[in-house]
Amino acid sequence: MSVDKDNVIKIANLSKISFKDHEIEKILEDLNQIIDWVDQLTEVNTDNVSPTFSSFDNDKGMKKREDIVNDGDCREDITMNAPNSEEGFFLVPKVID
Amino acid sequence: MKKLTELCLHEAREGLINKDFTSKELTLDHIEAMESSRSLNAFITETPEIAIKSAEESDLRLSNGTNRELEGIPIGVKDMFCTKDVLTTASSKMLSNFIPPYESTVTENLWNEGALLLGKLNNDEFAMGSSNETSFYGPVINPWKSENEKIDLVPGGSSGGSSASVAAKIGLGALGTDTGGSIRQPASFTGTVGLKPTYGRCSRWGIIAFASSLDQAGPITRNVRDNSILLKNMCSHDPKDTTSSLKEVPNFEDSIGKSVKGLKVGIPKEFFQEGMPNEIVEIWNKGKEWLKKSGAEVTDISLPNTKYALPCYYIIAPAEASSNLARYDGVRFGHSVQSSDINDFYKLTRSEGFGDEVKRRIMIGTYVLSSGYYDAYYLKAQKVRSLITEDYKNVFKNVDVILTPSTPSSAFGLNEKSDDPLSMYLNDIFTVPVNLAGLPAISVPAAKDSNGLPLGLQLIGRPFEEETIYSFAKILEDSADFKNIENQWWIK
Amino acid sequence: MVDQMKNLIKGSTGDWELVIGIEVHAQIISNSKLFSGSSTSFGSEHNTQVSFVDAGMPGMLPVINSTCVEQAIKTGLGLNAKINNFSIFDRKNYFYPDLPQGYQISQFEQPIVGNGMITIDLDDGESKNIGIERLHLEQDAGKSLHDQHPSYSFVDLNRSGVALMEIVSMPDMRSPEEAQAYVKKLRNIMKYLQTCDGNMEEGSLRADINVSVRRPGDELGVRCEIKNVNSIKFIGQAIVYEAKRQIDLIENGNLVEQQTRLFDPKKGQTRSMRSKEESHDYRYFPDPDLLPLTFTNEFVDEIRKTLPELPDVRRNRFIDEYGLSPYDSNILVSEKETADYFEEAAKNSNPKLVCNWVIGELFSVLNKMNKTIENCPIKALDLGELVNLIDDETITGRIAKDVFEIMIETGNNPKSIVDENNMKQVNDLSEIERIIDKIIKNNPSQVEALAEKPNLIGWFVGQTMKETQGKANPKTVNEILNKKLLNED
Repeated sequence: MSVDKDNVIKIANLSKISFKDHEIEKILEDLNQIIDWVDQLTEVNTDNVSPTFSSFDNDKGMKKREDIVNDGDCREDITMNAPNSEEGFFLVPKVID
Repeated sequence: MKKLTELCLHEAREGLINKDFTSKELTLDHIEAMESSRSLNAFITETPEIAIKSAEESDLRLSNGTNRELEGIPIGVKDMFCTKDVLTTASSKMLSNFIPPYESTVTENLWNEGALLLGKLNNDEFAMGSSNETSFYGPVINPWKSENEKIDLVPGGSSGGSSASVAAKIGLGALGTDTGGSIRQPASFTGTVGLKPTYGRCSRWGIIAFASSLDQAGPITRNVRDNSILLKNMCSHDPKDTTSSLKEVPNFEDSIGKSVKGLKVGIPKEFFQEGMPNEIVEIWNKGKEWLKKSGAEVTDISLPNTKYALPCYYIIAPAEASSNLARYDGVRFGHSVQSSDINDFYKLTRSEGFGDEVKRRIMIGTYVLSSGYYDAYYLKAQKVRSLITEDYKNVFKNVDVILTPSTPSSAFGLNEKSDDPLSMYLNDIFTVPVNLAGLPAISVPAAKDSNGLPLGLQLIGRPFEEETIYSFAKILEDSADFKNIENQWWIK
Repeated sequence: MVDQMKNLIKGSTGDWELVIGIEVHAQIISNSKLFSGSSTSFGSEHNTQVSFVDAGMPGMLPVINSTCVEQAIKTGLGLNAKINNFSIFDRKNYFYPDLPQGYQISQFEQPIVGNGMITIDLDDGESKNIGIERLHLEQDAGKSLHDQHPSYSFVDLNRSGVALMEIVSMPDMRSPEEAQAYVKKLRNIMKYLQTCDGNMEEGSLRADINVSVRRPGDELGVRCEIKNVNSIKFIGQAIVYEAKRQIDLIENGNLVEQQTRLFDPKKGQTRSMRSKEESHDYRYFPDPDLLPLTFTNEFVDEIRKTLPELPDVRRNRFIDEYGLSPYDSNILVSEKETADYFEEAAKNSNPKLVCNWVIGELFSVLNKMNKTIENCPIKALDLGELVNLIDDETITGRIAKDVFEIMIETGNNPKSIVDENNMKQVNDLSEIERIIDKIIKNNPSQVEALAEKPNLIGWFVGQTMKETQGKANPKTVNEILNKKLLNED
């Protein structure tokens, strides 16, 4: 399957990455090369095969936590790396709904 | 007087216990080595003050008999592990100012056993790469140089800083992470021992995530025994990680020197590539001989879906990465721009913060998960993954370990492959299936090629059978009698 | 069953049928969040209930809260739904400031609960079955404040990661009333189960309303989603406005565009949401940090055993045990607190009388005072005691009303009020006779008029009650008057 320019623009938008005009050609080329290469998986017969989403040994079922409060209450730590914060809030450019 | 950096981990451990020298003396030598080896660019952040302070505390403990497993041992840590209050960058501009308020479980385990932090090691940006050339902080230079050419070589990736520092005898071991071979391939390129444990052995909590179902932390060391010691102290069950195993952690060091008589070694015929360099075939054969000599049975096996492992990996890993890296949006940490529109804010922040390879993988990942393509790519790849896992399960009914080359070549030159992503991806051909199946595997230096550059052999084991791997690895190591670098050209 | 015809809306070009489906987001009652150990309590200082996991910091991982799983199963059982022993958590990927990970952990194709059904009760006494499509677990997002600063939005992540149950109905509702009844019933069931506190003002229960219109018998029309409606009243208003908007559009020759809209309570209108206009590709895939959620039938059965009595079952019991009418029982069970209050009050008292007092006087007073039964000024047992005082003829019905008012004001118990204010019913036959004789003697003209109009006896009753300040036993008064005045004739 070939990736076209519209795809690239749509994917870039979904990923919130922008490419300058001269970069679009290169990324289009790279994507096509890689996608064409991974296309060889169509050769494999996967009828009746269930997918593996984790290699984790799951015989005991997913581990769960007890419903106790043992985290949070660390606003200083949470905001200390924030590029733009004020009075304990994170600031972002205004979002208009 | 021989510098203390000449001692390997277990030798240094013994020396400290015997009070031949103090941890402070040992650490100062390693700090000096680190500071005079900056031309390798292995470290992003040097932490001499932390190291010295810890060394002093260790010396106290060593003197009053309360010393722990790794007391006073300096270690380098790949910059993918969050270290509390110490800059942690993932070798990316995106996190070039990130100071974690928390410590990763694996490093916490080591500090709790008395090890000390020498510095944070350079790697491929967000662990994506096989040559350490995608780092925001510049490439790492392999301490090995070809006998015939003086060009700079790559140390492999993504744990390039980890493998280079160990090869240059800076630190007594280094932590790396392995998602598609990022410990084993650089170990092979630098003549060091690198192990990726079974998925779930080491906690992933606090390790910057690349591909969650594939990532594992692991040790890179100068020899097999050191590796087993470091691994033992890294592993633990972590209730904060849903994918952390409850299996008991054995004392891996005990399996060093154990006999492999009667055990079976599998040689997968599909790993034999058309046009494979003769040198690789030769060391593979040598490896078979060594193991036969030690009493193991060597037999041919088939892993039919081997050739699909790489494309499978290059769908799954980017897909998971595209989602894991969505949190880098300039809001709560990391690189950020000024903008009046939220969408522009995101796009500018991410486009500036991420390098080309990372952007490429995010794009691939987003593509293969997107509507209309999910079934044909992501779902398909996860099914192929099941087949690959099944292949290994089947052969492990009849063999105890699998022997393969670690890499299709020795270390290549800087910039040689950086323009061709696909050619770069092919470096992982022998290592990637292991991550897909969640198995443990090690790379042990086996021989040098005609240019005098290291080549490694890989041993793959059953889930949670790192002990078996170590027993076999020790035999390979003893048989290979691999000599490390003589001329430390990088010291200034 | 409900007559569908009566719900049709008359447009200018004919009849229209309204089709409504509702997605409810219900915050689970739990101490900590779905995948982290931070507190879930409401109203705390911003960003103080946020862990590194909630903030989506590098290297952080989710671990699921076992209580949240149980609460979802409980709710599924309360919805008569299929519980899925195997379900998967998926990542829903999109960018938004209140979504720190850049994805929400949710469930896509394999949710924890499948098809179910609840019965809703309508005002006219009819009931209707509404299908439940599914229930799944997911993380709540944080909150953004847009009015703190001219160019910035302020983000608070306290709510980020709180456990939500998303309950999706089948598009079975056909009127605003049905929609309101559905949400009320859902809320009531969860309050009974204590899986969600149903507090719409605080945001623990939010509804997304999907509205479309069509000619009766036609295919489904294009639907619009009205997001985050947070009161029963607004649900009704929003649907009425939206239905009219869509009908007007179509009747004027335009098409309804599929949109996400917001309800503006001040204007009583819905408007299109700007930021949601671009269609989203959420790229759902199973979260690799988690494993499939599995449990056994036995586990579910254990939970089933712990379920409290649900509203419909309780209503039927009220009818059987207390002899109440279905209509009255419905009213009592429609809020768990009301049913609890009633049963407490009726512990030692005549349930029918208690019921009348609760539904009549008590509701009326609570309404006037703008209070709920949870902060009712009269203790339940005290109401029961009041009823007993009427029942055993200690006081009259009329006096009881006065006592009731004093109980509201003072919170005191009825017995002490009656004693302190000397309000006991006068039962003394001779005393009543004496008063009646006096009235008869003093009003000969009325006595004469009685021969023509026997109904005038009411006047005598009134006078007697006046003389006794309402305390005379009305039964006795009537008996004596009848004997003296009518039998003499």
